[in-house]
Amino acid sequence: MTQVVTTQEPQRKAAPPQEESWRGVALEDQEEVEHAVSAKLQARSRRLLGSLLRPHASAAVLALLIVLAENVAQLAGPLLIAGAIDSGVPAALGGDPAPLAWYVAGYAASGLVSGVLRFAFLRLSGRIGQDVLFDLRQRVFRHAQRLSLSFHEKYTSGRLISRLTSDLESLDDLLEMGLDGVLSALLTVGGVAVLLLWLDLRLALVVLAGFVPLFLLTRWFRRRSQVTYRRTRTTIARVIVQFTETMNGMRAVQAFRRESRNERIMAGLNEAYRDANRHSIRLVAHYTAGVRLVGNVSMAVVLAYGGWLVAHGDLELGVLAAFLLYLRKFYDPLDELSMFLNSYAAAAAALEKISGVLQEEPTVAEPARPTPLPDARGELACSDVEFRYSADGPVVLPRFDLHVPAGQTVALVGATGAGKSTLAKLFARFYDPSSGKVALDGVDLRKLSEADLRRAVVMVTQESFLFEGTVADNIALGRPGASRVEVEAAAAAVGAHEFVSRLPEGYDTDVRKRGGRLSAGQRQLVSFARALLADPAVLVLDEATSSLDIPTERAVQAALETVLADRTALIIAHRLSTVLIADRVLVVDQGRIVEDGPPAELIAGRGRFAALHHAWRDSLV
Amino acid sequence: MLSESGEPSTVHRESTLATLWRLGPYLRPVRAVIVGAGLSALIAQLAGLSVPLVVQRIIDGPLAERDLSTLPLLVLGVLALGVLEAGLFWVRRRLLAGATTGVEKRMRHDLYAHLQRLSVGFHDRWQSGQLLSRAVTDLSTIRRFVAFSMTFLVVNSLLVLAGLGLLFWLAPPLGAVLAVMSVPLVLLALLYEVRYRAAARAAQDQSGDVATTVEESVLGIRVLKAFGRGPHLARRFSEQARVLRGLELRKVRLLAAIWTAIIVLPELTLAAQLALGGYAIANGTMTVGTLVAAVAIAAYLRWPIDSIGWLLADANTAAAACERYWEVRDARPTVVDPPRPRPLPEPARGHVRFEDVRFAYPGSDSEVLRGLDLEIRPGETVALVGTTGSGKTTLTTLVPRLDDVTGGRLLVDGVDVRDLALADLRRVVATAFEEPLLFSASVRENVALGGIDVSDDEVRAALRVAHAEEFVDALPWGLSTRIGEQGLSLSGGQRQRLALARAVVGRPAVLVLDDPLSALDVHTEAEVEAALRRVLSGVTALVVAHRPSTVALADRVALLSEGRIAAIGEHHELLRDNAEYRHLLSTMDTPEEVMA
Repeated sequence: MTQVVTTQEPQRKAAPPQEESWRGVALEDQEEVEHAVSAKLQARSRRLLGSLLRPHASAAVLALLIVLAENVAQLAGPLLIAGAIDSGVPAALGGDPAPLAWYVAGYAASGLVSGVLRFAFLRLSGRIGQDVLFDLRQRVFRHAQRLSLSFHEKYTSGRLISRLTSDLESLDDLLEMGLDGVLSALLTVGGVAVLLLWLDLRLALVVLAGFVPLFLLTRWFRRRSQVTYRRTRTTIARVIVQFTETMNGMRAVQAFRRESRNERIMAGLNEAYRDANRHSIRLVAHYTAGVRLVGNVSMAVVLAYGGWLVAHGDLELGVLAAFLLYLRKFYDPLDELSMFLNSYAAAAAALEKISGVLQEEPTVAEPARPTPLPDARGELACSDVEFRYSADGPVVLPRFDLHVPAGQTVALVGATGAGKSTLAKLFARFYDPSSGKVALDGVDLRKLSEADLRRAVVMVTQESFLFEGTVADNIALGRPGASRVEVEAAAAAVGAHEFVSRLPEGYDTDVRKRGGRLSAGQRQLVSFARALLADPAVLVLDEATSSLDIPTERAVQAALETVLADRTALIIAHRLSTVLIADRVLVVDQGRIVEDGPPAELIAGRGRFAALHHAWRDSLV
Repeated sequence: MLSESGEPSTVHRESTLATLWRLGPYLRPVRAVIVGAGLSALIAQLAGLSVPLVVQRIIDGPLAERDLSTLPLLVLGVLALGVLEAGLFWVRRRLLAGATTGVEKRMRHDLYAHLQRLSVGFHDRWQSGQLLSRAVTDLSTIRRFVAFSMTFLVVNSLLVLAGLGLLFWLAPPLGAVLAVMSVPLVLLALLYEVRYRAAARAAQDQSGDVATTVEESVLGIRVLKAFGRGPHLARRFSEQARVLRGLELRKVRLLAAIWTAIIVLPELTLAAQLALGGYAIANGTMTVGTLVAAVAIAAYLRWPIDSIGWLLADANTAAAACERYWEVRDARPTVVDPPRPRPLPEPARGHVRFEDVRFAYPGSDSEVLRGLDLEIRPGETVALVGTTGSGKTTLTTLVPRLDDVTGGRLLVDGVDVRDLALADLRRVVATAFEEPLLFSASVRENVALGGIDVSDDEVRAALRVAHAEEFVDALPWGLSTRIGEQGLSLSGGQRQRLALARAVVGRPAVLVLDDPLSALDVHTEAEVEAALRRVLSGVTALVVAHRPSTVALADRVALLSEGRIAAIGEHHELLRDNAEYRHLLSTMDTPEEVMA
């Protein structure tokens, strides 16, 4: 009827304009990107860094002031030494030790003050750094949780894990050594430069001339290191992907003797990471040695020129001595600055990846102003729904309409790949339809808040993933805050109570990694109990009972009949015994609903379901 | 020694040096490079240290006497020293770049290989985030320690000694002042070492826990989405991240305290030297040039002395990382090749026999299997039936020795599986797991897995048996299609068929199938069943079954109950004679109930 609606709209939305192709994670695996794009990526990382630092602006200013004071205290040192040598010692020779004593006392005081200030600065900057990291960690984690399933499926878990672990750590390195060193280094360089100019303009100009090669060197390093560090981030992510996959699939790895093949794959990835790392360290070698060389050469030039001036009586000896001392102080922080620049480059590459993930928008997004639906009845409706996984992909579910009244139990039947799971995922809003709408109680799912939607609709998937913690924790995931009695009641309702009670510590038994010690059937029971505890208006079960033995499944079915009495349910099951408890059966074939009716009616007919049922009856015995 | 059952929390405290010493085997191959780098660092530092000496010569000599004839030579000396220092800087980093990344690479490789040898029991107990943080974070900590702190701990200690010697030579009283003031510094540093190491260890462990939550949040994303529990897990994550922040701040506080001491004490030392030097000059026992040089040396020594504090902190962090690394490496694989493996008779007949087999999970007193006897004759298919959680899956892991029996023995062709080389055993025994684990690789590779020399024809034959050829051919690149991590883009039934193909590809003599048809729909099940029937005709098979249709594939059925085989026989016999079996497998009443 309503076939007038075209599919143009979503297509246009999905294909981004060319110049925007750097957005999100699109360029992640590329090391060499065009200059203009690279500038955009850098600006994005800088914006992220800026937004992270902004809340700490006042603390950062305080830190800066402390560093300033510390540097004044420290810079006073050589002056006081020069004073002690140039005027204190002659006075002492003349029989008056007081000036020397004052200079010495002043020096000791400056040392004490700078120590105390250093302490305050380290504490303060340490806190800023850890707060920034804490903030970013949470941001990325929460954002990743918001991103749609389609993102997770194409991005792969290992890469996301590496963003949240090793990439964050390289920012940690920057904050740990960077904030600490860079502020004081900058100030020292600035302060010493002023002092040098004040001490002797001619010598100072010689020193400043060294900035030309320094600038060129730095520019070279920045360009090269960007590429290299991008490569280290990409290669370590690959190592992490391989590592996590192996650890999570250890049973298959060992049973099928994949160890040596895995070792070879890992050796290649490990070597690529090592290469990238080695390359970056070599770059640093060139750069830092270059900086040091410039410093040392200008030292020699100052010495020659200054010596010549002193010999000609144009410069005091003490001034030259002080100048040379300051010059050391001038170049030491430059080393530090170059190291900072290095960790900045490393962190920038990581931030680039992280900010890419943060820039990804959930395709299945929560509405800005949701329609409230506190108590859903559970009426489901699809109108003009069509679905494809991507705008240019094939149509998975051709246009269809479907109405499920509140309280009905619907079974979906069909061959593997017919589209049953896809249909179920639309109702749970794992995906949005490419066109048309899916509604709950007449409200488009896209207009519901995440909290309302998830309270109303719960889906139990084929894989029963268990989280770290106890059996009770895992069931309580259905409704955090549920009492032990409620948890046990939910477990009892699906027939899980018996086996849980037999576990060494009952409900408090640690499930171990991914529930490693439970059988697949037991894990299914736990996730089933979890869903019951959530008490949703709509329950979607995607082969939730495939690994159960017959008596357990029978118990679950008996439980289902009471549990489903007052709620809407969509059940995908290969066991026809499960299907038979439904009020209504939908037979799905190649994405289309080909039969629709109560089970008894369909069995009595001559359709596919009737054929399936007969085949199944024959298999029993 | 930690056995494999060592819990993650088991900690052996050894001194920092003893812990770091265990890096020895990895450092030995690159020791020449490390020594070379250390020498470069030392000479570079000495070059830097001798610059003030030359400066003193210049100030006391040509400048004091207004004589410019020796000035150029001395300035050239300063220039040469400067170039030498910068050059050696470069040499050191350049040398270490290859060596340290190589050490990291080898350590990671060995850790990975070791983890692959550790039994499934170990992996169930260890959170994967803890393993990951060891393989990535701890190893890069160790690399950076070797690249920098290790060298400079040695070099700077030597420098301090050399500087002290130089000072003593120049002006003994000034040297004495420095020596005296160094004592409290070293003591303080040692005192903080212990506390800092504990703090570092706690922070590293916490970051492993954070990694675990990260992993779970990503791998369990479907469940979190389905229940809208992302925010719930995010709160747990925040809590862990907050704890991590607290632990990192503890490190910061400790470091701030020690660092302050390290800054103040040398300053006071310099002040004392200045006072003493001024006094000596007034007395005429010291020249101004000497004092300038001494002050310059003291100033120069500040960095080596300062640095020892945080170098030690770094060494302690590295020691904690090392400790964590070796905790895993020290876990001995419990399932290993025997010292002298016995050969399997060729060709393997596939005679499997359980004799009084017992099994209990480590740390648990209750046995899952309690004296189980079962014989599967060559070519026979035995279905294994039992209630959910009766130990069927455990039993299947024992045949390919993913775990070892804790009592009794398991024989294949008359040889105890523990007397066989693991590779031999696992070549003969193939397993299809209930939850098919697929890897991010091509279909071809996912089917061939361990077998390197498996041809495309063999892969295709296996796919045909598993009734998977048709859908694989429909994939965009056929056999070469990369299937997403854990085969995400495939349906449950498709994944299960691939796992089945994987099991039959090597033409194993013994097949262990853990409920191979659970995720298949009725249509496919019938087709796979027919294919399986062909496969099973030639091999010995143990099939875990929940359904009468699967049981129908078997020659005999064994009922697992209370950790033993309670009954064995043909399906209809058991159905007739055994009440428990009838309860488990009779489906006859189900439809009637519903239809009534």
